[in-house]
Amino acid sequence: MDPEFFEMLAMPLFDQLFNLAHWLTGDRADAEDLVQETYAKALKGFRSFEEGTNLRAWMFRILRNTFLTSRTGLKVQNTVLIEDETDGVDLAAHNITPESLLLQLEDSQSVMNALAELPVPYREMILLSDMEELSYKEIAEVLAVPIGTVMSRLSRGRKMLREALRAGAPRRSTHAM
Amino acid sequence: MQCSSVAAMLGAYLDGELRPDQAVDLQEHLRSCTHCSSEIAEMARQQRSLRGARGHFVPSAEFRRKVQQQISRPRRRSWLLWSAPIGIAFATVLLAAVVWVGHGRRVAAFAELADLHVNALSSTNLVDVVSTDRHTVKPWFQGKIPFSFNLPEFNGTDYTLVGGRMVYFHQQPGAQLIVSMHQHKISVLIFQGTVDLGPSFSASAILDQGTSFGIEAWKSRQLRFVLVSDADPTGIDNLARLLKQVNE
Repeated sequence: MDPEFFEMLAMPLFDQLFNLAHWLTGDRADAEDLVQETYAKALKGFRSFEEGTNLRAWMFRILRNTFLTSRTGLKVQNTVLIEDETDGVDLAAHNITPESLLLQLEDSQSVMNALAELPVPYREMILLSDMEELSYKEIAEVLAVPIGTVMSRLSRGRKMLREALRAGAPRRSTHAM
Repeated sequence: MQCSSVAAMLGAYLDGELRPDQAVDLQEHLRSCTHCSSEIAEMARQQRSLRGARGHFVPSAEFRRKVQQQISRPRRRSWLLWSAPIGIAFATVLLAAVVWVGHGRRVAAFAELADLHVNALSSTNLVDVVSTDRHTVKPWFQGKIPFSFNLPEFNGTDYTLVGGRMVYFHQQPGAQLIVSMHQHKISVLIFQGTVDLGPSFSASAILDQGTSFGIEAWKSRQLRFVLVSDADPTGIDNLARLLKQVNE
C-alpha cells in the first residue's frame, strides 16, 4: 500500500501497540523503543502490506518479531519453553474454595500481577487472545505457528494463570489478616 | 460426550472457535455436567478479568507525538529531519577543519617569525648595521633585498632604532629592524607581499597567545610587515601605526 496512508491507518493502533509492548517488555522505556522500532519497520515495509488484510495483526507481528530480537526478547527465547502439546498439568487439586478464587479474579490487580509473571510464550498468547481478542487464525499469523499450537499453548497459559491466582489467593488473605 | 474430551474444547468454545456442530454438542454436555459447567464459568470469569489488561499501560502524549512525527509524510519530512542536523554537523566539521588548518598554518608561521626575533636577540651581533639613523639603515639594505621601505622618524617617540640585519623567511629575503622601546626590543620584519604567512595574515592585529610574544602583522602595498616583541601590545601597536603612516 501507498505509504501516504500509513499514518492514517497505523496511528489508531498506537495505544494498543504500546500497551502490548509494555506487557511484553515489562518496562516503559523498553516499550517505547519497541513501539518506535515497530512503526519504523512497518512504514518501511508498508508497500508489501496487502490492502484488505488485517493491519492490526500485521503490526502485532512486526512488534512481536522486533521484541524477540530485542535484548529482553532474546533472554526470553533462551528460556526453555515447556512442551506445548502435552496438556499435562491436572488442575483437579481443588483445595481452594471457588469463592476465594472468585475474590482473586475480582481483584484485577492480582490478575494483572499474575499475568505479568507468566512466561512470555504463554503471556503473549493470553494477551493476543483474551486481551486483544484476536481469532486463533490471527494469533497463528502473528506468532507464525500452527493453529493447533495456538490452542494448546493458550489452554496451558490460562491454566497456569489460574494456578498462580489460586496459589496467591490464600497467601494474600492470611497476609491481610 | 466425555468430560475428558470436553476439557480440551472448553477454551475454544469460550473463544467462539468451535465449528457449529461441535458447539451444539458441547452445549448439550454443559447442560448435564455440573463439573464442566462450573469449569467454564470460572474460565469465563478469568477471561473477563483479563480485559483489564487492555489499556493498562498508556503511552505519553509526548511519545505519541514523537512517533507520529517520525512516520508522517515519509519522504519529504524524514529527509528534512535527517538532512538538517547532518548538514549542520557536516558544515561545523568543515568549518572547524578550515579554521584548524588555517590556525595551524598561522601558528606555525608566527612561531617561525618569533624565532627570527629570538635569533636576532641571542645573536652575538644583534644587527648587521648599527645605526640609530634611519637614513643610514635604509640605504644599507639597498641591493641586499629586492624591495625598499620607508622608516618613520623615531625622534620624539618611545622608540629608538638599533639597527638592521638581513633575514630569510621561506627562502625569501627580508629586512629585520631592531627597535628598542625602553627595555624591550621590537623586531620589524619586512618582506615582499608574495610571502605566504598563512590565510589570515591580512588581519591587522593578532596577538599570539601561544607564545609570550605579541605579534602584529599587516600588508601595505607590496610589503608585508610583521612586528614581534615581548613589549606590551600598545607599544607594538603604536610602532605599527608609525610604520603604516610612512608606507601607505
